[in-house]
Amino acid sequence: MLEVEEQDKFGDHLFASGHTACPGCGQSLAARLVLRAAGRNVIVVNSTGCLEVFSSKYPESAWEVPWLHSLFENTAAVAAGIEAALKINGQLDKVRVIAQGGDGSTADIGLGAISGMFERGHDVLYICYDNEAYMNTGIQRSGLTPYYARTTTSPPGRVSMGNWRPKKDVPQIAVAHEIPYVATASVGYHLDLDRKIRRALSIRGPKYMQIHVPCPLGWGSDPAHTIDIARLAVNTGLYPLYEVEEGETKVQKIPRKVPVEEYLKLQTRFRHLFGKNGGKKELEEIQRIADRNIEKYGLIGK
Amino acid sequence: MSEDGILHGTFFMNGDVACAEGAISAGCRFFAGYPITPATEVAERMSERLPHVGGVYIQMEDEIASMNAVLGASWAGVKAMTATSGPGFSLMMENLGLGVILETPCVLVNIQRAGPSTGLPTLPAQGDMMQARWGSHGSYEIIALVPSSPQEIFDLIIEAFNLSERYRVPVLVMSDEAVGHMSEKVVIPEISPENLMSRRRPDVPPEEYLPYKADGDLVPPMAIAGEGYRFHVTGLTHDEKGYPVMTAEAQDKLVRRLVDKIKLNRNDIIKCEESDVEDAEIIVCAYGITSRIARLAVQQARNEGIRAGLLRLITVWPFAEERVKELAKQVKAFIVPEINYGQIVLEVERCAAGKASTVLVPHMGGSVHTPHTILNAIKESLQ
Repeated sequence: MLEVEEQDKFGDHLFASGHTACPGCGQSLAARLVLRAAGRNVIVVNSTGCLEVFSSKYPESAWEVPWLHSLFENTAAVAAGIEAALKINGQLDKVRVIAQGGDGSTADIGLGAISGMFERGHDVLYICYDNEAYMNTGIQRSGLTPYYARTTTSPPGRVSMGNWRPKKDVPQIAVAHEIPYVATASVGYHLDLDRKIRRALSIRGPKYMQIHVPCPLGWGSDPAHTIDIARLAVNTGLYPLYEVEEGETKVQKIPRKVPVEEYLKLQTRFRHLFGKNGGKKELEEIQRIADRNIEKYGLIGK
Repeated sequence: MSEDGILHGTFFMNGDVACAEGAISAGCRFFAGYPITPATEVAERMSERLPHVGGVYIQMEDEIASMNAVLGASWAGVKAMTATSGPGFSLMMENLGLGVILETPCVLVNIQRAGPSTGLPTLPAQGDMMQARWGSHGSYEIIALVPSSPQEIFDLIIEAFNLSERYRVPVLVMSDEAVGHMSEKVVIPEISPENLMSRRRPDVPPEEYLPYKADGDLVPPMAIAGEGYRFHVTGLTHDEKGYPVMTAEAQDKLVRRLVDKIKLNRNDIIKCEESDVEDAEIIVCAYGITSRIARLAVQQARNEGIRAGLLRLITVWPFAEERVKELAKQVKAFIVPEINYGQIVLEVERCAAGKASTVLVPHMGGSVHTPHTILNAIKESLQ
């Protein structure tokens, strides 16, 4: 196993300030935490998306490590090629490869390339920053948009209550590939996130991490509430935090069950569920999803 | 809005929205799409509007799937469209070819942005014009229309659906970011059903039906999956029965017909607009947003006593070669401004065949030409 280095003394600066993310952007915070944990001996491959756009433009570029913008659908495949070249050049012991993208590029357009990367066993950590819609193009639904959320392509109205499908379970798709490490994390719990990144990078082979990152612009939430909202997603049971290593699942417990309304009402993307025209049935359905997660993963209790 | 959910009246809307409304007026009831700047607004509008007219919007996982879903919907009997921009257009190319060999009526809109690759996602270009012609592999003919205003996007989407239904071929509408995002007056008329074309259906009993047997116009009637006719479509080279035949003879017969059904009907398909060409010694040949700038340059040239004219291409593929050949006999030069490094100019040059000189006024994309640049090119060509 690779030993992850002690925290780089410049670790905090590897994702530099001065980029152009929105106030309260969960993704930019998570990217900073990821690099701080990963250290400088990494090559980052970044798919098209908000993170790519707000962090890379001269003179506001934030990346203090080698960084490649692939396209939208191919991050995992580009990373696979980089890993192969590192192997050929005998450098794979020194350098780690991180492929990363948003939920659209992960769950939708890039899923095939990710599956291929897993299946071929490349030594790559794939990170999905999950803000639950295509934010870079202006808030369209993705495969990771939750039930009944409003986006510009799942508008609630006379014939619809918003996004009509549940979130695709990509972490479990990764687990089904029997790769050595899969984890979910949240920007609301930075110590847990930090530990999981270090753990992932200490393991050889394909790894998958999905980090829940609120998007104030897309979710219609107060930028000051990003961390609170991220924590509520976990504590309602809607975003269970767990890791699967060699087939064994370890779960981060929640102290008590918080009703889903507490989480949903802070975001205008769910406002139509609290209006005069109903939403009761939909709220119950979302609560059932949370309850199912709590039961499935044993989120409450010892 | 009328009771059936279709808009009528005068509106102030951008080109992307006009594109969506044009599709709805044309009878399009299925849209498969994927977010991509600067075409996303088409998908957004369709997601909101289609449920009101009994249609379905599906957001697909990528552009490959979008194009495929459109082919599937068309084969199941619904008029279908997708809209994208450069990177998505590239992903759709294999399946555009499938649409061509399966002779599938459908409309593919490209709101062009500057490439190659991710390029300038939010800024205009006309860099995919040759890709529109040659982007999928193999020999084929395609129809591509180029609108220059939100009103014209609306009008040409209807025209595109009509041509695709008439000739059983995917029709491309090659707009650009400038037109897609510009807001102007758009008049949406009531369109009577007889002005909306639908694919010709088989008029023989099922046992006599040959899915790819064409009459004189080279366009075979089209059955809908599940209505009782034998339904067997394949991307392999096929005979009149629709079954694969792996011979040079079958290939020759099929490809000739796929190409000739467009080529031989080109006079019915091709549309151009001419102004001040009768006595012109210089003709600016332009299309899309660039034609609007060229119009001003031509007027300025006229004001200065230069006999300039404008040939605006509305149909770019098939190319208006006969007309350009004719005009080449009369003019000294063709000036071709386009937002790329020389694409349609190659066609103009081919048709001018040395009889008139051809001058490219390139622009790499990210903005549009200034009238001044085109006017200068007109003047220089006279020296």
